Amino acid sequence: MIKTEHLCKRYPAVTAVEDVTFEVRPGEVLGFLGPNGAGKTTTMRMLAGFVTPTAGRASICGHDVESAPLAARQCLGYLPEGAPTYGEMRVAAFLEFIAELRRLEPPRKRARLDYVTERLQLASVLERPIETLSKGFRRRVGLAQAIIHDPPVLILDEPTDGLDPNQKHEVRTLIEEMAREKIIVISTHILEEVAAVCTRAIIIARGRIVADDTPLQLTTRSRYHNAVSLQLAHSEQLPAARAAVAALPSVATVEVSEREARLTALPRAGAMILQEVASLAASQGLQLKELHLESGRLDEVFRTITA
Amino acid sequence: MRNVALILRRELASYFATPLAYVFIVIFLVLANAFTFYVGDFYQRGQADLRPFFLFHPWLYLFLIPALTMKLWAEERKSGSIELLMTLPVTVWEAVLGKFLAAWLFTGLALALTFPIWITVNYLGSPDNGVILASYLGSLLLAGGFLAIGSCMSALTRNQVVAFILGVAACFVLLLAGYPLVLDAFRGWAPLTLLEAVASLSLLTHFQSITRGVLEARDVLYFAMLIGFFLFATTVAIDLRKAD
Repeated sequence: MIKTEHLCKRYPAVTAVEDVTFEVRPGEVLGFLGPNGAGKTTTMRMLAGFVTPTAGRASICGHDVESAPLAARQCLGYLPEGAPTYGEMRVAAFLEFIAELRRLEPPRKRARLDYVTERLQLASVLERPIETLSKGFRRRVGLAQAIIHDPPVLILDEPTDGLDPNQKHEVRTLIEEMAREKIIVISTHILEEVAAVCTRAIIIARGRIVADDTPLQLTTRSRYHNAVSLQLAHSEQLPAARAAVAALPSVATVEVSEREARLTALPRAGAMILQEVASLAASQGLQLKELHLESGRLDEVFRTITA
Repeated sequence: MRNVALILRRELASYFATPLAYVFIVIFLVLANAFTFYVGDFYQRGQADLRPFFLFHPWLYLFLIPALTMKLWAEERKSGSIELLMTLPVTVWEAVLGKFLAAWLFTGLALALTFPIWITVNYLGSPDNGVILASYLGSLLLAGGFLAIGSCMSALTRNQVVAFILGVAACFVLLLAGYPLVLDAFRGWAPLTLLEAVASLSLLTHFQSITRGVLEARDVLYFAMLIGFFLFATTVAIDLRKAD
């Protein structure tokens, strides 16, 4: 379990993190979201024991990160921001070095080295110096060192940064697989990633937690939650369609994109308007290319909360 | 201890993974021998000893050792790998010690590779090999002192050039602490006891007393305390400003 209580980090000129309290339980994948400079990395560094909190406490698997740092770090796999490694080392030697420091004994060490090599597709670069690798490979080497000892807790600062879509997919699958018995905290800018892998999201802005909820619940805060979007086959029908949809009693507002010939009807609070809009379209003889119900837009929620 | 050994091994391998190790060893050997033969008048003196060889070691180390230590911590900060190292189950002290011992072992290797000059002097005459052995030990201790100072300076900054300059300056001051160049800065305002205390810190005085062939406990103790102090200071510097 990860636990933080009133965690603060103040620098002479700025307050990076202010009063951050949360708990993460096994099986949870927590996504840390926030604009750049919001305090995501500082919070993760305090959990990993790299930055000392100004006030407050944090513990990992019951070990306080300040009073029992080594025990806390034993339970933790950590990918620092930018996935730093020793550039002049070869991948195999680097992973071996980490495995040794993690006290993996020979038979298990071999098995774990083989496992991470296979899972992160590092076989082709094992004998190359890390500094000669592409950004994607370097990120994967960083991930490999974080999971090599199969820790109960994983803290990954932007694990998919610099990866191509296929590699992103691979890493997300890996996270989902590990999620069952582990506690995983990831930070990311990519909102779709939160929806894809996280069971919970914490949004941080200016050092404070401004939202802590499941991604699904967060999307319901969106203005677009349960909005109905329809695209017309003929754009000349647009003005008439707009007036008709706007006249529906449970529709709050209508947004129009002329270029796409698209209408988005936003419901009044709590109203379900899909049925009404669909029957209206039929009775008005609108030629539809597309009609769908929106679940909400995470990026819009993110902007509203952090602005 | 196992962590210290692991870090030591990694550091040592990293010296040889880059041209650093080879450049250092070659330059060290070339300069050590050039000084001995051309400046130290090895042949013309007509004496079978290695005094002109060891005479120049402090001055060689003054520039070569900070060049070796400047990257110890500054590079870790610059590349961010310090965040990786300090979040592994390793204490700061283990990391500081491992890095220092790797550098010391490496300098020891460079020093050991000067053995042809020892063979030469034994071929030419019959030197006092006890004095030569003591001198080698003295040189190794001096190198250790400089390495500890350099490690501390490297821990203070993320810029390797700054680490190098600070290292040379600190080594220079401690090297000549017993000489007017440094003492004059204290003379006139400092009490005599302080003056004597500063003078007794002189690396050169302790090094020379060892190279005369007398391996005294107080000289060895001096180097041990110097190394201990600066390694401790390194630990404090890293601990206080890990993330900067």
